[in-house]
Amino acid sequence: MSHAKYSVINTHVHNIDGVAKVTGRATYTFDVKLPGMLHGKILRSPHPHAKIINIDTTRAMDLPGVKIVVTGKDTLGIKQGIWRRYEELCDEQVLPLEKVRYIGEPVAAVAAITEEIAEAALDLIDVEYEVLPAVYEPLEAIKKEAPTIHEGVERNVNVTRHIEWGDVDEAFEEADYIREDWFKCSGQAHMCMETRAAVSNFTPEGKLTCWASTQSAYYTQGLLAGVLGLREGDVRVLAPYVGGGFGGKFELDAAMFCSAVMSMKLFKPVKVVFTREEDFIASKRRTPMFYYVRTGVKKDGTFCARESRMFSNGGAYTGMGATALYLSGFFHSFPYKWRGYRYDGYRVYTNTLPSTSMRGFGAPQAMFCSEQQIDWICADLGLDPFEVRRKNGHTEGYEVPGQAFIASCGLEQCINEIEKWVKSKGKLPANRGIGISSCGFMSGGIFNWFDSPYSFSSAVVTINVDGTVELHVGCQDIGQGSNTTMAIIAAETLGVKVEDIRVHSGDTAHCPADLGAWGSRQTLMAGNAVKMACEDAKKQLLEFAYAEMGINIVYDLDIKDRWVHIVARPERGMKYEDLVKKALRAKDGQRIMGRGYYTPHRKGMISPAYSYMMQAVDAEIDPETGRIKIHEVMTAHDCGQPINQLGLIGQLEGAASMALGYAYLEDMPMEDGKLMNPNLVDYKVIRAPEMPEAGIIEIDTYEPEGPYGAKEAGEGLTNPTAAALGNAVYHAMGIQMKELPITPERILKALREKKEQEAQK
Amino acid sequence: MEKQVLRFKVNGDEYEVFIHPKTLLAEVIRDHLGLTGTKRGCETVSCGACTVNVNGFSVKSCSVLAIQCQDMEVTTVEGLEQHGKLSPIQRSFLDHGSYQCGFCTPGMLMSATAFLNEAKNPTKDQIKESIEGNICRCTGYNSIVRAIEAVTQGKYKEE
Repeated sequence: MSHAKYSVINTHVHNIDGVAKVTGRATYTFDVKLPGMLHGKILRSPHPHAKIINIDTTRAMDLPGVKIVVTGKDTLGIKQGIWRRYEELCDEQVLPLEKVRYIGEPVAAVAAITEEIAEAALDLIDVEYEVLPAVYEPLEAIKKEAPTIHEGVERNVNVTRHIEWGDVDEAFEEADYIREDWFKCSGQAHMCMETRAAVSNFTPEGKLTCWASTQSAYYTQGLLAGVLGLREGDVRVLAPYVGGGFGGKFELDAAMFCSAVMSMKLFKPVKVVFTREEDFIASKRRTPMFYYVRTGVKKDGTFCARESRMFSNGGAYTGMGATALYLSGFFHSFPYKWRGYRYDGYRVYTNTLPSTSMRGFGAPQAMFCSEQQIDWICADLGLDPFEVRRKNGHTEGYEVPGQAFIASCGLEQCINEIEKWVKSKGKLPANRGIGISSCGFMSGGIFNWFDSPYSFSSAVVTINVDGTVELHVGCQDIGQGSNTTMAIIAAETLGVKVEDIRVHSGDTAHCPADLGAWGSRQTLMAGNAVKMACEDAKKQLLEFAYAEMGINIVYDLDIKDRWVHIVARPERGMKYEDLVKKALRAKDGQRIMGRGYYTPHRKGMISPAYSYMMQAVDAEIDPETGRIKIHEVMTAHDCGQPINQLGLIGQLEGAASMALGYAYLEDMPMEDGKLMNPNLVDYKVIRAPEMPEAGIIEIDTYEPEGPYGAKEAGEGLTNPTAAALGNAVYHAMGIQMKELPITPERILKALREKKEQEAQK
Repeated sequence: MEKQVLRFKVNGDEYEVFIHPKTLLAEVIRDHLGLTGTKRGCETVSCGACTVNVNGFSVKSCSVLAIQCQDMEVTTVEGLEQHGKLSPIQRSFLDHGSYQCGFCTPGMLMSATAFLNEAKNPTKDQIKESIEGNICRCTGYNSIVRAIEAVTQGKYKEE
């Protein structure tokens, strides 16, 4: 479907930050150095659960070069959280006053003239703890006799979420076959290449400037102002280049908080950068989840009902985990039509590092359970997994009862394409299998737990005398390429070239507020705001062009490739640059300025639009060692109209790599609350030799709510891979993998059990 | 131990720095010379973000003491570009979108540069091995491999 001839959209456009990034010019928070800057270090708890009886900082303060040591007593003691609309979910003092709840939790911070001195001073802080009994797993923490982690929180249940539609019990009665399974999904480290980092500079004017490695400058601004007792407007957050985020960098972190607290006391800039080890043990992680899944189907494979219970390991604090609890339950139903669906999610506090959002936002876990169980049901009933998914899949115009409206959906085409691809592979050798998984994902959330009074996204566009364009956006480029995507949308809308656009982002003082980079929201939401702002500016230009060109009003005008012209007679027109100059004079010298904003309304409970996809993973298992070799990954993907061609490929390949890591390599084993692999030697990520070809088949759809028909891409593709690999292992070896990651040990164990069962028969 | 004088060349320029012998090359490059293009992502010589070239070889600059580079020639990412002209691998990275957040990119480019200086008609597997020591959390590596491959195929010449 070709909806329109675009000049810029979906063409080969270089990332607008590319030259900065390939020449080493791109400056990250990690690189920020201010005159007189001090270096901060954080003392962390060695105990998973302990009362802080006393902190003596005297010896540390006496160390030459140390400028300050702060503890919770030097702060306002405000409990904060990103769900700031709900007081009970604001449960974290970044420097706690009374007790610590996980190993690695900050207890004090030091600023000194060098990093080495600050580090040395940590050893001189004397903390007296009273160690308390601790609990690490949600199914233990929820028991009556478990230790209390937060006073007044019964059974350590932090948040619950119930989702239900249809008559579930009646729908189960109609089922011919019911299957129940338990699954255990692991955590995952975001492992951003740039660890958490912040530089805070508080000056005698009473204003704070904070450079932060953040996914949302606006959230950081609001959260910092809240805990420091400052007005939001007196806090300026700058997010220069950001070295990755993946869902882990939009809460308030200890680098931001401790640097700001110390800077406010010293009136000097203070920089705090997490070591890789600190980043592993104390910067949050993907939420580990236990899933119980009960699914009822008819003999012909028609889905009747699903009932699931999920217990997630919330770790010590709420953060974004509350959102993951909801989204996991919603996407666990995806992308299928259920007559009855019921989900009960329990987020349980434990004495472990807090869990939060991470690329996929609870959906990779949900899909690992759902999509494997569907394949097992197909095997149990002798049904075709493609056919069953096609039969029950979402279609355009479907309404997820009370939750969501599906305006565009390319799922069926995705299934058809992957079916073709799998069949083209023919019969595979022994110990090799292809697994599939379908899924969908949101294009930004409709929730406002942050209680932002601003529009979800905003943009301001200003046109200079020579036709160059200043585009101010609040959306945050964390590497996913949103600056480029916004430049493309602006260039297309205004009818100019990408190189005419200068994008300003990551500065709360100069850019309009925007919720930032999470939940795949920016292309649709910020994209709509940019499009609206540019249409506003363009309208002002064209009003003048009508007058200037003196044309019959039945004709309409447009601008493309810097040429202002009559649409019906493109040769008749004028140069865009000339029009801008003249329009400027006509407006008494005022620059042409357009404003745009976007907040979703009447779009259901979750998101204005949904992407769809199906992925196949071709894997080979060594039956002797249990090792997995991934031969190839193939995805059919519906993201509506692609905007940023190179960016899209990069995002999808990158998602495959991160999701493969989650599926079979990355793990966060703990012993008594202590992470056993907090470094990049022991924590295995995908490296170049392991990365398979990861092809993409684009499915062409048009999303009416998205700018130029665009919707989510890049996050959702983290969802299907673990399930698809699980299914590949199942088809290759006949074993069911109910625990993540799919390690050689787990494969060998399952093979042994299978052998034993067969011997018993 | 007493501080010592290190004389070496970085990106063609002669430098003389007075350093403690335990100072890492990465620290001298970033903190003493202010060349912040070179990044650091771990403390265990695992991530490759700090990769530079020393006498043409790819070296993780957090794994060597600066003083070991006495009289040697170091190239960092800032040295790849000459008078505003990008090197073939830099241009290929732009065309192939071989970076996202960009934090691993300098190290990745330096590993690739050293490899390209040596490799004659490498296979795809050899290209992948050449960047095995560099972690990229964003791209999934394939676009980086395509970019290096395009240079080995002569699609990008020195300007």
